[in-house]
Amino acid sequence: MSDATPSAAVAAPRRQRRSRWQRLLHSPMFFPLLGFIAVFIIMSLVNDRFLDLGNIQNVIRQGSVIGIIAVGMSFAIFTGGIDLSVGPVMALSGTIMAGLMAAGWPAPVAIAAGLCLGSAFGAFNGFCVAFGRMPPIIVTLATMGAAHGLALLYTGGYPISGLPSWFSWFGRGTLAGIQLPILIMLLTYAIAYVVLHHTPFGRYVYAVGGNEEATRLTGIRVPRTKMLVYTISGLTAAIAGLVITSRLMSGQPGIGEGFELDAIAAVVLGGAAIAGGRGVVLGTLVGAMLLAMLNNGLNLMGVSSYLQDVIKGGIILLAVYIGRGRDA
Amino acid sequence: MTAVLSLEQVSKQFPGVKALDNVSLTVAAGEIHALLGENGAGKSTLMKILCGIHQPDEGTIRLDGEPRRFTSYRDACATGVGIVFQEFSLVPWLSVVDNIFLGREPRNRLGLIRHAQMRAEANALFDRLEIDIDPEISVHRLSVADQQFVEIAKALSLNARVLVLDEPTAPLTPSEVERLFRIMRRLREDGVAMVFISHHLEEIFQICDRITVLRDGTYVDSCRVADTDHDALVEMMIGRRVENIFPPRQARAANSPLLLTAEIGLKQTDHTDSITLHRGEILGFAGLVGSGRSEFAMALIGAYPTRVAQIRLDGADVTFRSPADALDAGIGMLPEDRKRQGLILPFSCADNITLNHLGQFYRPAPFISRKQEAETVDAAMDQVRVKAPSAQTPVASLSGGNQQKVVIARWLDRGCRILIFDEPTRGIDVGAKAEIYTLMKRLAAQGIAIIMISSELPEITGLCDRVLVFSHGRIVAELADEAIEADTIMRHAVTEPRRNDVSHSVTEDA
Repeated sequence: MSDATPSAAVAAPRRQRRSRWQRLLHSPMFFPLLGFIAVFIIMSLVNDRFLDLGNIQNVIRQGSVIGIIAVGMSFAIFTGGIDLSVGPVMALSGTIMAGLMAAGWPAPVAIAAGLCLGSAFGAFNGFCVAFGRMPPIIVTLATMGAAHGLALLYTGGYPISGLPSWFSWFGRGTLAGIQLPILIMLLTYAIAYVVLHHTPFGRYVYAVGGNEEATRLTGIRVPRTKMLVYTISGLTAAIAGLVITSRLMSGQPGIGEGFELDAIAAVVLGGAAIAGGRGVVLGTLVGAMLLAMLNNGLNLMGVSSYLQDVIKGGIILLAVYIGRGRDA
Repeated sequence: MTAVLSLEQVSKQFPGVKALDNVSLTVAAGEIHALLGENGAGKSTLMKILCGIHQPDEGTIRLDGEPRRFTSYRDACATGVGIVFQEFSLVPWLSVVDNIFLGREPRNRLGLIRHAQMRAEANALFDRLEIDIDPEISVHRLSVADQQFVEIAKALSLNARVLVLDEPTAPLTPSEVERLFRIMRRLREDGVAMVFISHHLEEIFQICDRITVLRDGTYVDSCRVADTDHDALVEMMIGRRVENIFPPRQARAANSPLLLTAEIGLKQTDHTDSITLHRGEILGFAGLVGSGRSEFAMALIGAYPTRVAQIRLDGADVTFRSPADALDAGIGMLPEDRKRQGLILPFSCADNITLNHLGQFYRPAPFISRKQEAETVDAAMDQVRVKAPSAQTPVASLSGGNQQKVVIARWLDRGCRILIFDEPTRGIDVGAKAEIYTLMKRLAAQGIAIIMISSELPEITGLCDRVLVFSHGRIVAELADEAIEADTIMRHAVTEPRRNDVSHSVTEDA
């Protein structure tokens, strides 16, 4: 670390160069990007179809649902919390949208209702965590079950079909040659990035995760911050619900099982500390794409889906091992 | 005199600092040896080397004349060195006996724990120390003093012949200190060698046999307690005569307008206390640790549960449900424990400083201008002289004193009318202290009212316009101007308040 410097004249430029290198090295993005590049190279070497422009768009599109959910999950994890309810909340919001449209409501109203419902569910989680002072893992475990049950109750257990055909635009359409789920995902990340890095609320998110007690004592409204965080998580789950319902052109009450785990994996692969206070939302994007790339590449290689799970699990462990105890 | 423990010419280098330079320490059996020095003098490092947490770069440790090298804390324990840390290392939800034998429970042939044996051994230990603690009780239900005695018992259960006590009296009441000293005297009779660290010189004169003084990581001198006195020790610690590091006392603007009155009764108490605060005044909260000073201040800003909280600010009734409410009204607090309550450790200096006034950097409304933020931060860091490579340096990598300055810098641009400083100079060096005192005086001159909670009497007497003395959760005295004297404060601080002693009727008795 502290090597002897021969003279000040030599030391000055050297220190600058090292600090730029160290900034990159210490960025939470460093290892996620490294892993991303490594997997990307391996995948393109072992199969020639992988680098296809069409296939690459497919990879990103396949990762977009988890990617969108992982935005809200990032907010929760950055505050030191977690949101297990995202999968069923996504399914519930999607089925409500489908149900209302099938009942003849105008699509924009139905979509807005679904997004509101997801946000409201998130706000309820946030209320319990922030004002009820209950641990987020338990609160969202409970609401995960509740949301799942509500979705099944609402649909009677059957998928809802008969949606207006233009509704498929969100899941299957393109804009300027790019598939819409990709655009929706990128827009979500862009907004989240601005919120986290350029607004006071974003700073409070990290502060709460870094030291909740200090944040409270310095005069920040911690409960309000937490409430908003879980509301955002509910909202992004509902946005994912919009994309997936549109893609499938039916409201599927049972979909989204296990999505919370993939979203958590994306956040952790993206270099965030599970204890909170550290992480960047663009890292989460890298993490989500890394997972999508693994899915796609392993599929193309014909690896059985059982083995895929084992490999993904191993890679997550490896990522956490590499990233453990790193400085900010 | 047989030396049980001796450290010879020990040196230790940390990245960037020489923590210890050629330090020696010899402790004999049946001796209580005081280790003295200012914050940062190297006491803690020396103790950590002694108990195997750090390894010395140079020098030898001898136990009974044998050179030893402790590779870990466990290793040191096994050879008979016990330490009672400032922060206790007991598991709160386990019983006393389980704590004492944690990690080395006696087992029977089936591998199950032999509870009866453990209990019997624990009772024998307590008998030896002449203390009365139920070994089956859960540790979190014990008083701080009793927890400390359990720590001592735990060290002794390992047959410790050397016992290190790192500021054991800091959290204790005077009567508990007496109990601790009784135990220490018993152990001295048993031939246990003790190293005692304390900032209270009176305690050292009361209990210790010999003294070793450290200063800036170097060995100054060792002597017998009987051969020295208070002033000589202070001079050895500081290396010069104590100069006045306090800015000159200015005549306080007489009758400066009243800013705040507060009548506060904490939850689970049946009394209330009231305070008044004037513009531009520095009001001291004096008293022993645990006398309720911090709780009162926390209750004032809505961070501690209260039964009664009637606060009038500038003639208007206000209610604070949280520190955020208090901040909206212009009251800010620098808490006592900077790591736990003050800093966001993963944050940079800059992000820590601007956290509670990000609204000043809006351009446009919900978006923060990083550039504007950086300029303000640089100015604030210059003002309190934070020594850091840049504003973007992670605050976790700074020294304690600089971390404290970062916490202080947070409040400079916040525009508060009232600032509460809880132990503002804890753990920082003399030079930095003087800077902080000057800063506080300057803030007061600007009309800001300051409440300073401090355990350091020179700080209270040197800086405050008015002092409230706390004892056992109550305000027992109010002193102003010339009446603010260390011994008067101390006399009130150790006095148990009479019951039904409503409000501070003792105001006049100083």
